[in-house]
Amino acid sequence: MPPIAQPALDTSPHVSDEIRKTTCYMCACRCGINVHMQDGKIKYIEGNKDHPVNKGVLCAKGSAGIMQHYSPARLKAPMKRVGERGSGEFEEISWEEAFEIATGWLAPIRENTPEKLAFFTGRDQSQSLTSWWAQAYGTPNYAAHGGFCSVNMAAAGIYTMGGAFWEFGAPDWERAKLFMIFGVAEDHDSNPIKMGLGRLKERGAKIIGVNPVRSGYNAIADEWVGITPGTDGLFILALIHELLKAGKVDLEYLQRYTNAPYLVNSDPKSPEFGLFLRNKDDKPLVLDRKTGKPVAFDKPNVKADMVGTYKLKGVTHRPVFQILAAKYLTEEHTPEAVAEQCGISAERIKRIAAELAHVAFEEEITIDQPWTDWKGEKHDKMTGRPVAFHAMRGISAHSNGFQTCRALHLLQILLGSVEVPGGFRFKPSYPKPVEAHPKPHCKVTPGAPLDGPHLGYVRGPEDLCLTPDGGAARIDKAFTWENPMSAHGLMHMVISNAHAGDPYKIDTLFMYMANMSWNSSMNSTKVMDMLTDKDKNGNYVIPRIIYSDAYSSEMVAFADLILPDTTYLERHDCISLLDRPICEADAIADSIRWPVVEPDRDVRCFQSVLIELGARLGLPGMVNEDGSATYKDYADYIQNHERRPGVGPLAGFRGKDGKGKGRGEPNPNQIDAYIENGGFWIDHIPKEAAFFKPWNKAYQDWAVERGLFDSPQPYLFQLYVEPLRKFQLAAEGHGDIQPPDHLRQQVKDTMDPLPIWYKPFEEGIVDLEEFPLHALTQRPAAMYHSWGSQNAWLRQIHGTNPLYVSGEIFAEHGFEDGDWAWLTSRHGKIKVPVVKMDALNAKTVWTWNAIGKRSGAWALDEKAPETQKGFLLNHLISELLPPREDGMRWSNSDPITGQAAWFDLRVKIEKADPGDQISQPHTKAQKSPVGRGPKNVAYGEEF
Amino acid sequence: MTTLPAHTEKKLGLAIDLDTCVGCHACVISCKEWNTSNYGAPLSDIDAYGAEPMGTFLNRVHTFEVKADGSNAQTVHFPKSCLHCEDAPCVTVCPTGASYKRSEDGIVLVNEVDCMGCGLCAWACPYGARELDKVEGVMKKCTLCVDRIYNKNIPEEDRVPSCVRTCPAGARHFGDFADPQSSVSKLAAERGGLVLMEAQGTKPVNRYLPPRPKADVTNTAQIDIPNPYLKPASSKPDGFLGWLDNALEKI
Amino acid sequence: MHPAPSVIIFTSLSGLGFGLMAWLGFGFPPVSGMIAFWFFLIAYVLAVGGLLASVFHLGNPKNSIKAFSQWRSSWLSREGIMAVVSLLVMAIYAIGLIFLEQRWQVVGWVGAAFSLITIYTTSMIYGQMKTVPRWNMSLTPPLFLLYALAGGALLAGQIFPAILLLVALTVLQYISWQIGDARFEQAHHTIETATGLGNLGKVRLLESPHSSPNYLLKEMVHIVGRKHAQKLRIISIVLLGIVPAVILVLVPFNHMLAGIAVLSHLVGLFVSRWLFFAEAEHVVGLYYDKR
Repeated sequence: MPPIAQPALDTSPHVSDEIRKTTCYMCACRCGINVHMQDGKIKYIEGNKDHPVNKGVLCAKGSAGIMQHYSPARLKAPMKRVGERGSGEFEEISWEEAFEIATGWLAPIRENTPEKLAFFTGRDQSQSLTSWWAQAYGTPNYAAHGGFCSVNMAAAGIYTMGGAFWEFGAPDWERAKLFMIFGVAEDHDSNPIKMGLGRLKERGAKIIGVNPVRSGYNAIADEWVGITPGTDGLFILALIHELLKAGKVDLEYLQRYTNAPYLVNSDPKSPEFGLFLRNKDDKPLVLDRKTGKPVAFDKPNVKADMVGTYKLKGVTHRPVFQILAAKYLTEEHTPEAVAEQCGISAERIKRIAAELAHVAFEEEITIDQPWTDWKGEKHDKMTGRPVAFHAMRGISAHSNGFQTCRALHLLQILLGSVEVPGGFRFKPSYPKPVEAHPKPHCKVTPGAPLDGPHLGYVRGPEDLCLTPDGGAARIDKAFTWENPMSAHGLMHMVISNAHAGDPYKIDTLFMYMANMSWNSSMNSTKVMDMLTDKDKNGNYVIPRIIYSDAYSSEMVAFADLILPDTTYLERHDCISLLDRPICEADAIADSIRWPVVEPDRDVRCFQSVLIELGARLGLPGMVNEDGSATYKDYADYIQNHERRPGVGPLAGFRGKDGKGKGRGEPNPNQIDAYIENGGFWIDHIPKEAAFFKPWNKAYQDWAVERGLFDSPQPYLFQLYVEPLRKFQLAAEGHGDIQPPDHLRQQVKDTMDPLPIWYKPFEEGIVDLEEFPLHALTQRPAAMYHSWGSQNAWLRQIHGTNPLYVSGEIFAEHGFEDGDWAWLTSRHGKIKVPVVKMDALNAKTVWTWNAIGKRSGAWALDEKAPETQKGFLLNHLISELLPPREDGMRWSNSDPITGQAAWFDLRVKIEKADPGDQISQPHTKAQKSPVGRGPKNVAYGEEF
Repeated sequence: MTTLPAHTEKKLGLAIDLDTCVGCHACVISCKEWNTSNYGAPLSDIDAYGAEPMGTFLNRVHTFEVKADGSNAQTVHFPKSCLHCEDAPCVTVCPTGASYKRSEDGIVLVNEVDCMGCGLCAWACPYGARELDKVEGVMKKCTLCVDRIYNKNIPEEDRVPSCVRTCPAGARHFGDFADPQSSVSKLAAERGGLVLMEAQGTKPVNRYLPPRPKADVTNTAQIDIPNPYLKPASSKPDGFLGWLDNALEKI
Repeated sequence: MHPAPSVIIFTSLSGLGFGLMAWLGFGFPPVSGMIAFWFFLIAYVLAVGGLLASVFHLGNPKNSIKAFSQWRSSWLSREGIMAVVSLLVMAIYAIGLIFLEQRWQVVGWVGAAFSLITIYTTSMIYGQMKTVPRWNMSLTPPLFLLYALAGGALLAGQIFPAILLLVALTVLQYISWQIGDARFEQAHHTIETATGLGNLGKVRLLESPHSSPNYLLKEMVHIVGRKHAQKLRIISIVLLGIVPAVILVLVPFNHMLAGIAVLSHLVGLFVSRWLFFAEAEHVVGLYYDKR
């Protein structure tokens, strides 16, 4: 036979029939995607090049969206429980029946005791709708998942500088020369960080990764700082010490843009000790350097002093900066003093401080762009300090996380690198001062809406959500003395508190998209017990549970009524400026999802269901005067709802003509306009307004024009956070609203108005000799929480999760490859496979987050590796601190914000008999209401 | 045609930057989804929801740890797919003529119409670039998205392999290594692009750009750190406030 | 490498079949008529059976006909062609012997030579693999040839040559193992050369690309059972060469014992072929930190 010639090949085959542009939902990054359709099926998903978030790139999860959409774990119809809770035995019912059951439960509660409904949502992106619904319903018990996610980051950022990382702002990837990233594995916002790191690498900027684990982003960092968990604050304050000592701080920036010059009452005997000196208009005062006289902080053309004393009626006042310098120049903050605890040598801390100073002050950059500040002073250029920072969960998920996040913001601000070229930049609708946020509300009136938004930012003890007798008004005890600034609530405490009846019993637990019986809860085993626990009459302690999810998750098995959601490609959504927008530092933007395919099951978009439920309950805003539903569905709401006149869920293409930007009456063709535009809307910030946003007149005016604010909101960064001091002052015995005695010391110790570091609580409780190790989780870049395990492609990458053990511990215990270990905390014990990792802090073990699955969930085989070798660290973490003599239930959370202190965990490790090589604990299988997935898949056969 | 072309006009391939790859697996899945519904048979997944799922992938990312005595270990993410070797042993061993190297651009392909699934080409490849699909029984490998890079139905800027287009960090570069002026040739030259397992004599086209020196691993004297430690603003005891006062005066 | 039954059966039986055929082609034993029929039947059953077994290794056997096309570059293609040619030539020779009582000796010699070339081409399928240093050595073809000739002699009842060849095979197999054991190291392939990261330090795999297995691991990074290799080597070498040789030397010819000798050789052959694959380390294993 002759040799075969090179075959003819069609190099221009047909790609797809049509591209539909929508928004990804494989995580919370919200990238724009091009969904290629062929024969009505999804053929290929790629990033949308025009989209502001991802500019064409897409991560593994995004590309695996096909498998998520066609997942065999998709719920098929509404269901009611027919077996015992937890068993997974359900009966499919009609939507009509589902609505009848739900309204049958919810209507009487609303009429009598609205607080008996606890409505908490997980990783959804429709909080402006869900919170509005909950407010209309009238329960005080609403929050999303921020409490167990990263509220420390958000609250510290808002209180300090009017915004934090992620959707609040981003490093200036195009100009930064030195970038420090703290405690970030794969995290918000994943693709932009990767793109940014790529840009930094291209430009030869230096990246310093601070993380106990050298994975992901830290792997490519030019320098890795393998810090001991929980000590980031200590490290940052030592950097601050070094910079202050050397005078390497941006004094002009501090003087102009921060409260560094504010005069603080410095008389310990004064009832206003630690509060700002204010004039009769309640404006904080600063010392005019020229005259030595106090003037209002916002008086134009004043050079405020940052050193000195001012006595008024015998009371000494000093500027914030002077107090701050005295605090951090002490011996306890020297690199030498913290080196051992942090696991970083003093020399290294000093060198990093010197590098920061060098790049900030010797390599400053300028943009020739005149601008005018809020006082009307004109500047002929924009000067930048090209040092940028980013941080996430690694520093925030500790009981000292709030203050650590504050410390990092303080470092950024001292270097003058916030909202300047090369530094950290806010994304609209941030910057936004505390004053522009609501306060929390909790006043319940049966049959009527709550008195205001649930969540907000307290300014002092008077804003706490307390009952007249000083108890918690909310089921999660948010905004109480236990955690006064719990701006996102404490979702992780809801089941535990409801089960304990502390502060009170509830009737119905209503949750959306949060796997609270499994990987989203601390103490998963016990939580499952709480969900199934019965009282002496044989009734469930938590009487009713309604749950909405698109997939057969672990939580589904514990619900009484299931409202099946759609996949992300079958639904409408808005990624709204009223919520958590997708803006860029140079632009405002929002986007939509729309059904690029119609559901082939009896499922409905949860938000549409919520709107219908609201209408059936007759909630204000959701019914017309004649009692008919105001909105047909979520799409109708997105297009026609107005939160304030002219301002609605979507900011683009407003008004009848579709030309309104930010403001304008509803446009009946708005969603079509978004689809036409690629699924998003973007409006660029004028160049003059691009930096110095909190103080930039052009920006403030533009923000008002676009409907972000109704009036300009210029403000100064709060190095010294007075609201914190107000709580502390109360704890010291001042004022009418007093903390309970058992919390007095905690408030005094932790709510310092200047960033401090204290030991994570667990370290003060457990015997550190017995539990010498830190245990952490990280998110794998290719897997988003539990959702990924049903994904035929992604689960092959992460179907099991070993415990990574530092080389030192590995050697000490004589481990070998393939070994198993018992990992024990003060709370529990798990059996896990171990793997050695040298690029890891010597005292730390870690694993990938949320890979372990319960048998029977997610339409997987009961012997799936996720259920056999996969495991959760959650079993080791208690939602409560150990009982004390006071008999109180102490939450394992940050004492300021209530953020779940996941990463405080201390453990010990011992070699285990591998036995059956199945991880322990092994939860009994749940019955799958959707059956099992098909044996083999060959997606794409048909094309 | 399993004899290799004496010369290819272009040498298309990838420069993969190990200094930038964060190991996110974006390329792995993007490759899977493009190729499962384009060139040739789909990339199947056996026991997809079962106890031992096992699918065909044309690109996989390994994670290595590298440690020199006495210094910190570092993590290196290492994507691996076909290197489109100039002297491709996988092509010459093929008995049916299914495997071939294109004379115009050097892309190594399997013409599935001819493949009998003997697996010998996979044996001959030192890099693990070929996987036999269990459902179709034919050999699958990276095509360098030959059905994208010339495809007139795709916007010109997107005519790159799917993995390159999707890579969030920009760690994957596509181009012609036969052209010394191409971006990939320049990158390989500047960064000392690595050839994998050179002793196999396969002459891979793809190059790996090695990780740059790390400040915490390499002796810091070898890395350019421009600044000495900071000096105190004032050497006088309690002189900070004095310095501050002076410094404020200058603003 | 994965010791798939299909490839073990293929190389073992076809080697044995073509080995016997070579002896028959050279005229040993000088059979004809029905006796020749039985000898040729055994040779054909083994050779063709082995080849058929190899088809079970194919993912897409309907294309196997195309395997004859690439003789210019592919040893597997050459093997296929040579096997068919050998079988055809030997068929002519066999027809002469069985049905016509004619010994076309030139045809027999050509057929025998082709049979040996077939075995050589089979050996080169493995011997050419630079990726498997244990196979990629000059001893692989002589070893395969010796296997065929020794086994063939045993089947052909050539007692004295069989004794010599079995002893030689035992020695060569032993030497091949000894040399083979060092081949991987000698080839200087390490995880450091595989990744190019050696200048940064010692390299180890931290995380496999997928937690799930894959084709490469199943096919080429088969390390299961290797821990019994030493025991199996002893078993193999004893059954393969020593037992048959001892039987042939010590015991006067007897069909029953000859059968035992053949059986022993066959088992030894299967065990050694299992080891040939199971012990072969493919360089791709370096990327998985496994050999």
